[in-house]
Amino acid sequence: MLKRLRDPWPDHRAELTLGAVSLLVGGVVVAMVAFVGVHAWPTFSHNGLSWLGSGGTLETQIANMQATGVKAPASAYHLRAWPLVYGTLLSTVAAVVLALGIAVLSSIFIVELAPARLRRIAVPVIRLLASVPSVIYGLIGVLVLVPFVGNDLITASQKASVQNVVELTGAGLIVTVAILTVMITPIMVALICEALVSVPNSWREGAIALGVNPVRAILAVTLRAARPAIVAATVLATARALGEAIMISMVSGSRSFTPKPIDGLLFLFEPLRTLASAIVDYHEGVGAPALGSTLYAWALVLLFSAFALSLAGYLIKLPLRRYQVRG
Amino acid sequence: MNATAQAPAHADPGRPLKVGPGRRSSPLSWRWRDRVALACAWAAGLGLCLIATAIVVYMGYRGVQYLRPSLLGSRPALGTSQADSGGFLDPLIGTALLTLIGIVLAVPLAVGSALWIAEYGRPGWLARVVESSIEIVAGTPDIVIALFGLAVFQLSLLAPLSFTASGGGVFGKSFIAAGATMSLIALPPLFTATRDGLQAVPAHMREAAFALGKTRIATIRRVLLPSVRPNIATGVTLGISRIIGDTAIVVLLLGETLRLDPQGSVPGLGLLRGTGSTLTSYVYGNSPAGEGAAPQKAYAAAFVLMVLVLALNLIVDRIGRSQAEATGLTVAGAIA
Repeated sequence: MLKRLRDPWPDHRAELTLGAVSLLVGGVVVAMVAFVGVHAWPTFSHNGLSWLGSGGTLETQIANMQATGVKAPASAYHLRAWPLVYGTLLSTVAAVVLALGIAVLSSIFIVELAPARLRRIAVPVIRLLASVPSVIYGLIGVLVLVPFVGNDLITASQKASVQNVVELTGAGLIVTVAILTVMITPIMVALICEALVSVPNSWREGAIALGVNPVRAILAVTLRAARPAIVAATVLATARALGEAIMISMVSGSRSFTPKPIDGLLFLFEPLRTLASAIVDYHEGVGAPALGSTLYAWALVLLFSAFALSLAGYLIKLPLRRYQVRG
Repeated sequence: MNATAQAPAHADPGRPLKVGPGRRSSPLSWRWRDRVALACAWAAGLGLCLIATAIVVYMGYRGVQYLRPSLLGSRPALGTSQADSGGFLDPLIGTALLTLIGIVLAVPLAVGSALWIAEYGRPGWLARVVESSIEIVAGTPDIVIALFGLAVFQLSLLAPLSFTASGGGVFGKSFIAAGATMSLIALPPLFTATRDGLQAVPAHMREAAFALGKTRIATIRRVLLPSVRPNIATGVTLGISRIIGDTAIVVLLLGETLRLDPQGSVPGLGLLRGTGSTLTSYVYGNSPAGEGAAPQKAYAAAFVLMVLVLALNLIVDRIGRSQAEATGLTVAGAIA
C-alpha cells in the first residue's frame, strides 16, 4: 500500500485525486447554502415575506424568543427585521459611495501623480491599512472616536432634545461609516491601481498629444479604460462592508434604531444595527431554537446578498470586456 | 474661458519651434475643474497614508504605554481590576494553535484545487464551477462562515470533535471546529496566489518537461511546484494574516473562554477538543463592547496583534520583491 503511494503516480490517479480535492472545495458552497438554509427555514415559514417589514421593537421580539426556551411556540418566531436591513443598507451604501470617491482619487494619485519616492512609501502603507484586523479598528473606534463624538461633537442640548426617543452616546452612524470607509478603501485602491498600471501608456500620451492637460487625460482616458476594475472593486468592497460584523457591533451603538435623515444633523449620531453585527450581538442565544433560526435567517440574507453581488459584478463586466481592457 | 485657458499653446507664432523635451503644461493654466481634481487626488492619497500612519503610531504609543513583558508570559485570570486580571499567554497560544490548524488544513485543499484547475481542468464547466465557488467563499462574510461552521460541528456525527454537554447537546465549539472553519477563510487567497503563479509559469517549461518524457504529475512535482513556491509562501502568509485577524469565527466557534480549557484526559487531543481564546477575541472581550472592560489589556493585546500583522506584511513584501527580482514577475493579488 505504502509502496503504491511512494512510487511515481500514474497521471490519471493524480488527476482524480486533485479533482476530488477541488470537488470538495466546490462542495463547500453547496453545503453552506444547505446548512444555513435548513436552519433558517422555520423563521421564514412562520413570518412569510412580512419578515422584511417593520413593526414592533426588535429587542422585545428577540427577548420573547429567548424567553420561550427549548420548545418554542410558533408565536416566538415573530420577527420584523426591517431595522437591521435598513441599517445594513445605510451603512454599506454610505461607506461604499465615500470609499469609491476616495479610492479612485488616491489610485490616480499613486499611479499617475505621486513622485516615485512617495509612491514607494504610499503603496505598502495603504496595503497595511487593508490588513489591519477589524477588531483593532473597532477598538480604536470605541475607545477614541466614540468618546470624541459623544463628548465633543454632540452638544448637551442635542442629547436632551431626543432623550425620550434614543440615547446619543457617540456610538452611531457617523463613526460606523467613517471606519467602514477606511476599512474598504484600501481593497478598492489595490484593484484600481492594478488596472490603471495596465492601461497602455500610449493611450495617455495620445490624449496629451491632442492637447488636453494630464489630469483631463487621466480622467477621460485612463480612468475610462479601468472601468471594469472599478466595478469589480466596488463589488468586492460592498461585499466586505455588508459582512463586517465585529467592528460595527463595537461602534454602532447596537440598537435596532433606524436613523432618519429627517432628523437633520442628529441623523449622523443616531445608533443603528446591521444584520452581521446583530448576529455577533446575539450569538450566545443560538441554542434557543427560535433565536437560533433567526440568526441563521440573517446569515442567509447576507449569503444571498454576497451571491447577488458577485453575479452582478460579473454581468456588469461582460459588456465592458468588448473594449479588451482587463478587470 | 476655454480659449483663454488653452491660448498659450498657440501663442507667439513668430518664435522658432522649440525642439526638446517640450514645455510641461502647468496646473496654473488649467481649467479650475481640473485643478480641483488634481488637488483632490493629492488630498485623498496623502490622507489615506496619514490615516494609516496615525493608526500605527497610536497603537504603538498605547502599546509602549501598556505592554509589559510579564503580560506575555502570564495567564489570564478573573479579576475585578485591570491590575489583577493577568496577562494573555493563553490567547497567544490560542492564536498560534488556531493558525497552525487552519493553514495545515487549507494548504492541501487550496494547492490541490489550484493545480487541478491550472493543469487539468477537465471537464471545463466543472473547473469553472469550482473556481467561482472559491470566489463565492472569498466574498462570503466571515460571520456567515462562522454560523455555517457552528451548524456543521453541532451535528451529532461530529460530536467527538468538541465538548458535549451532559444532556447530549453538542456544543460545537473547539479548536478543531474553529480551525477547520478558519481554513475556509485562508483558502481563497492561498488558491488565488497559487493559481496565478501556475498560470505565470511560461509554457515552454512544461513543454520541455513533457519532451523529456515526464508525465503531467511528475512535471507538477519536479518543475511547477518548485517554481511556484514563492507564490504559495505569499498565499500562506496572506492566509495567516486573515486567520490571526479574524474575530467572528473565534467568538462563535472557540467559545471565548478565559483560559485554554481542554476537554477529556488525552493531553494533545484534549486541547484540540477544548475551547480557548485568541488575541482578537481577547481584545474584543476586554474592550468596552465585551464584558471585560479592561482597555489597557485590550490595547496591549491589540499592539501585539498589530506587530504580528506588520511582520506578515513585511514578509509578503519581501517574497514579492525577491520574486520580482528573480523572474521579473510580480505577485498579483497581494492585497485582496
